[in-house]
Amino acid sequence: MEIIKSTIVPLPLENVDTDQIIPARFLKSTSREGFGENLFRDWRYDKITGEKVADFVLNAGIYTGDILVAGKNFGCGSSREHAAWAINDYGFKVVISSFFADIFKNNALNNQILPLKVSDEILDTLFKGVEQNPNLEVTVDIPNQTLSISEIGIKEHFEIGMYKKRCLINNYDDIDYILSLTKEIEIFEETRVVR
Amino acid sequence: MESSKAKTLFEKIWDAHLVHRQEGHPDLLYIDRHFIHEVTSPQAFDGLRRRGLPVYRPAQTIATADHNVPTKNQHLPIQEPLSKFQVDTLTRNCKEFGLDLYGLGHEKQGIVHVIGPELGISLPGMTMVCGDSHTATHGALGSIAFGIGTSEVEQVMATQAILQTKPKTMKIQIDGTLPRGVLSKDIILYIIAQISASGGTGYFVEYTGSAIRALSMEARMTICNMSIEMGARGGLIAPDQITFEYIKGRQFTPKGEAWEKAMTYWETLYSDQDVKFDKEYHFKAEDIQPMITYGTNPGMGIGIQENIPEVALNSSAEEMAKSLNYMGLTGQQSLIGKKIDYVFIGSCTNSRIEDLRIVADFVRGKQKAADVEVWIVPGSKKVEAQAIAEGLDKVFTNAGFDLRQPGCSACLAMNEDKVPAGKYCVSTSNRNFEGRQGQGARTFLVSPLMAAAAAVKGEISDVREMLEPALAAI
Repeated sequence: MEIIKSTIVPLPLENVDTDQIIPARFLKSTSREGFGENLFRDWRYDKITGEKVADFVLNAGIYTGDILVAGKNFGCGSSREHAAWAINDYGFKVVISSFFADIFKNNALNNQILPLKVSDEILDTLFKGVEQNPNLEVTVDIPNQTLSISEIGIKEHFEIGMYKKRCLINNYDDIDYILSLTKEIEIFEETRVVR
Repeated sequence: MESSKAKTLFEKIWDAHLVHRQEGHPDLLYIDRHFIHEVTSPQAFDGLRRRGLPVYRPAQTIATADHNVPTKNQHLPIQEPLSKFQVDTLTRNCKEFGLDLYGLGHEKQGIVHVIGPELGISLPGMTMVCGDSHTATHGALGSIAFGIGTSEVEQVMATQAILQTKPKTMKIQIDGTLPRGVLSKDIILYIIAQISASGGTGYFVEYTGSAIRALSMEARMTICNMSIEMGARGGLIAPDQITFEYIKGRQFTPKGEAWEKAMTYWETLYSDQDVKFDKEYHFKAEDIQPMITYGTNPGMGIGIQENIPEVALNSSAEEMAKSLNYMGLTGQQSLIGKKIDYVFIGSCTNSRIEDLRIVADFVRGKQKAADVEVWIVPGSKKVEAQAIAEGLDKVFTNAGFDLRQPGCSACLAMNEDKVPAGKYCVSTSNRNFEGRQGQGARTFLVSPLMAAAAAVKGEISDVREMLEPALAAI
């Protein structure tokens, strides 16, 4: 994953918690697959009738794309990685917000989803821009760490750690990296001062 | 070595567990204890199988079934097929990988964050992780404990280490004496209301001050437990005499010479005097009233005598309106006198023996309101056994409370313990998110004492007005 060029799906709400992303009753599965159909389940479907909520952004048919844009403190609450699995399974590759909860950020990166942090101003620009033009196209360039919206002439730098950037681009896995340090773990266990 | 530099308690423990540090990479941190449960572990075990790896240090891995277990008739097979399959999968995985399991029916079974401390598995100065965001509970013993995702569970199973970016440090100091009727749950709900549901993100918190020092070990666990509700990676409290007395003699605590050796380390576990934290907050215990949340994140909380504000800190008018609409409330009102339907006393926040004693002392000789259903769910088999030994079960039954068997229960409503849509539940748990206690359920978070008061009155009440002189010590 290097460059993602896509329209965006706006969810202009703060503090979207992982219970909203994937409610607990769907955590009974023992696999990583199939969570996408229940992404934002209780906002997407009527609690009583089970019918699609017509004006919810994933149902309205106005906005589509590989990039979800959400209000600040996205992914707060439970550590359930099922939230990242649901977002991934639904098809999002990038989530943009002005602020991510710590555990969600790790879970996203461990599932090849880029949690892209922008300023409050850029977030606001994205929400306003997509409201005016639902086909607003955004380009996320991971190697160069830039977010561009050519239609409004915006090109912003974003932060990502060197290690995680390499993992995303090359689809590397943390466990392979840690296993390469097994010797150091053994030495730590043998020589640690405090136990 | 940076031994001469003043360090926070958090930095001391972190540095003592650092396996590898490399420019541009997260730190590789050694993990002393790994707790696992049925919901966030199956995919991690699958990953190990796919890679052909064993669990690297099975003796440092502790398993229990808690999130998805029934709280009635635990001696019978689990009725719900998906829950049964998930719990059975944990049993199979533990057997295959050689792990100790405190499964359903086991005398040590219980909510993972209740059993760790009560068995003496969680100790000061340790690093501990679990695929559950309330792992910070164990920080009350003076340790680094935090929640992780399933990919990270797999990492720890495979290597007993985890890649983590070192968080910033925050000090939250509460000095003074808590007013009557105010518990440690009120302290943490107050802090979260003051700094918001995102105010701690990126930080690891140390709670200090005379009001914290005065708390029992279990009351401290309630505070650390909810660190995640302000977004913090975790929270800890420096160990002291109260800590050492609590852990001494527990099943897995070091004994004899090993205890003496451990004490030498534990007594170094404090933040150095002149150390700088990245952020500091100071609060006065006297300013705290019994707290209650009104909205759909834990930062939306008020003192019981206050009115709902126009907008919560770090929230927007839209979010406030959406929250209040979900809760069926209109703006800027008091919650006192609001009729409620359910009371839930339990969860890793408030299901320990002291919580049950506080509730029992308050309801002894009283009756629950006729139209309120009250569930009281002990945190572990040991808590349940202790409650029965002290006769608390009879107090609850006489009051009309439904005393259930240990598990996470209605905190996240994965099992049958769900609050119906539109109903109000006064709850001692930790999250008031939309649908958390059941689809459409409406949650008010409070202390065990406030929950007991609501159960008796059938409406939201200021417990201080119901305290008898004998209870003045609470």
